[in-house]
Amino acid sequence: MNHSRRRLALDLIVWTVSLLAGLALLAHEALADGHRYSADNARWKAECGSCHLAYPPQLLPAPAWRGIMAGLDKHFGTDASLDPAAAAEIGAFLERNAGRGRRANAQTLRISESAWFRHEHDEVPAAAWKRPSVTSAANCSACHRAAERGDFSERNIRIPR
Amino acid sequence: MRTIGLAIGLLAAASAWAATPAEILHGFAAQGAAGFSAPRGERLFNSRHGSDWSCSTCHTENPLARGRHTITGKDIAPLAPAANAERFTDPARVEKWFRRNCKDVLGRPCSAQEKGDVLAYLMSLG
Repeated sequence: MNHSRRRLALDLIVWTVSLLAGLALLAHEALADGHRYSADNARWKAECGSCHLAYPPQLLPAPAWRGIMAGLDKHFGTDASLDPAAAAEIGAFLERNAGRGRRANAQTLRISESAWFRHEHDEVPAAAWKRPSVTSAANCSACHRAAERGDFSERNIRIPR
Repeated sequence: MRTIGLAIGLLAAASAWAATPAEILHGFAAQGAAGFSAPRGERLFNSRHGSDWSCSTCHTENPLARGRHTITGKDIAPLAPAANAERFTDPARVEKWFRRNCKDVLGRPCSAQEKGDVLAYLMSLG
């Protein structure tokens, strides 16, 4: 009797720990999902992805994307102008999937200067940004190894040495 | 049978836009340029023309090799047709990149002669 009660208590502990671990894992997945972006458009990927990663539309609010699209001929120092049909399709895609919430009040067109970006990257040492394999904050894939698939989750980050 | 049909369909679709580098070069000649020179194209490719960049800043001085965008660090596929069969096969794409990159490097559009010289240089490699 005493033995089976002890066994029951042990079982209960094992189950409770497993359940808590499972819940923690689920919570972690849910948080990680906040760093996965699935919006996709072939033209956006081809055109925006030529000189840099095709940055997920969620990373800037709609007004900022409008600003970007209006100034493509002087795009951060280079001419990135598009033909009108491509510009219309990509502009609509960006606005439709633009960032909301804490990303909606970016005061800049440069993603890496926004408050949420700085906050997300505040653990990255200054020297890491300057490594030749990184070069620039524009180079997401240097550390976010699955960024091409829209996956910026913690588990796929490897900061190069 | 279905495979053959698909192959014919794909070929028909591809031929709607596909060109060869030689045909694109011929297109520059049709715009009034002639006597394309690979050495002249090479000089244009490697000169900075008074700006911060040359073509080779990103495409490297060996267009058979992979390049790297000097600002963003993004990998760039080789530019010379011998190293990358996709290059200079889509006239609209060729025009888009000459339009943008000549503005960035030379501060003005390139002439048909200059584009042809650069293409002649790239075609001479490999």
